[in-house]
Amino acid sequence: MKIDASLRRTRRPPALLVVLGSIGLAMFVVPFVGLLARVPWSDLPALLASDVVTDALRLSMVTSLTATAIAVVVGIPLAWMMARLDFPGRPLVRGLVTLPLVLPPVVGGAALLFALGRRGLVGEGLEQATGLLLPFSTWGVVVANTFVAMPFLVITVEAAIRNLDQRYEGAAASLGANRWTVLRRVTLPMIGPSLVAGLVLTWARAFGEFGATITFAGNLQGRTQTLPLAVFVALESDRDTAVALSLVMVVVSLAVLVGLRERWWKAL
Amino acid sequence: MRNFRLTITTCVLGMVIACSGSSVEGELLVSAAASLTNAFAEMESAFEDANPDVDVLLNLGSSSALREQILEGAPADVFASANTSNMDQVAEAGELAGDAEIFVTNSLQIAVPSGNPAGVTGLEDFTREELLIGLCAEDVPCGDFGRQALENAGVIPSIDTNEPDVRALLTKIGAGELDAGITYVTDVLSASGTVEGLHIPAEVNVVAEYPIATLTGAPNADAAAAWVEFVLSEEGQAILTSYGFTSP
Repeated sequence: MKIDASLRRTRRPPALLVVLGSIGLAMFVVPFVGLLARVPWSDLPALLASDVVTDALRLSMVTSLTATAIAVVVGIPLAWMMARLDFPGRPLVRGLVTLPLVLPPVVGGAALLFALGRRGLVGEGLEQATGLLLPFSTWGVVVANTFVAMPFLVITVEAAIRNLDQRYEGAAASLGANRWTVLRRVTLPMIGPSLVAGLVLTWARAFGEFGATITFAGNLQGRTQTLPLAVFVALESDRDTAVALSLVMVVVSLAVLVGLRERWWKAL
Repeated sequence: MRNFRLTITTCVLGMVIACSGSSVEGELLVSAAASLTNAFAEMESAFEDANPDVDVLLNLGSSSALREQILEGAPADVFASANTSNMDQVAEAGELAGDAEIFVTNSLQIAVPSGNPAGVTGLEDFTREELLIGLCAEDVPCGDFGRQALENAGVIPSIDTNEPDVRALLTKIGAGELDAGITYVTDVLSASGTVEGLHIPAEVNVVAEYPIATLTGAPNADAAAAWVEFVLSEEGQAILTSYGFTSP
């Protein structure tokens, strides 16, 4: 009897934790409820079909996915270097890679402008050599997105590679697999869940990028005006459109995050 | 009798001191258009010198963003807008404590990077596609006025970016990343050194009227009234004109 009661007591969730946790949850829920309360449901189809919304959605999709692809091509090798190569200044490199996570994106955008702008350190030569002008172009948006979002991929993948038991790779190599095969058939599959988590976070951060984009790439419908920029501009003139755009962002982001979490990401 | 007179004199004297001393205190939140940034910063220190118990907080941004904040219930005391339409919308919502007054006017100039590397001469150059042209976003006053001036001149511009406010536009012109844009005379003056101004003829130029008003939701109504009075005073107007504004 006594044991029964104490068991029940331990099974009952501690009230204080539940109360505090609920307050924490409310911090996330209340703003979205506020947004939903403002959605002009009857006008929504017309608003969503407007060219401002469709242009911004298309541009956001293209630029965030391109940025994620670039992050895969150069970010995974960087993560591997940081995890496996012993080189001087590695702590500094690690700090630099995570810097975009803590910097205000506007600072990142300004830094990109000073480096890659028309009169920038690298940008001036780049334009003379290739004619490519990054600011105020769609590629500029991709660069800003990559700069801000890639750290998510690099740090998740680096941690995963570092925690990997190297004996598996050693075993594969001893059975005659070359280094490329080891990477492709052993290393990458073993870090699969982390890789997917990093990719999703990277894409989501790129999809929501605002500060670096507007600072570095400007704001022009169809060329550089992504969803977050369109929301910001519309908020001052046409609130219904702003709310509709915000709804699109919330729905797309939530669908991807929930969907992928259920499927791939349970381990985390 | 003598004593009585003395008493009255003392009383009057005491009242004068009480009145001329700082009768206002506390925090004063002034929401002001981004183009007022430098002028209002100087006004802030002058006002705080005269009223040491007041701490003026400047909330600077595009007038349309400030209007939204006020309509959503931000606790501002004073609103100074760069155009009348944003002020009218605040007035229609019943948020103004008194009538708005025009305190300065401002006109437009073409802003180019120092040295004018693209050789811009007038609004006609805004059609050149090889140039990087920026304007303020359509719903920001400087964007609205800039488009009016272009329309007056019969120019259909080839725009590369619509910046969220006039300061952002000016920064990109000053950095040489844009070849030209349209800003206020006062902005060009504030960025002299990195930016040059080109004249826009009066017949196509647009004069922006800046209204100021105290707000009904003002947490510090006394200080708000004192600020508006100061802005309209000779001293306040002298500060504003030194930044390129024109007295109405």
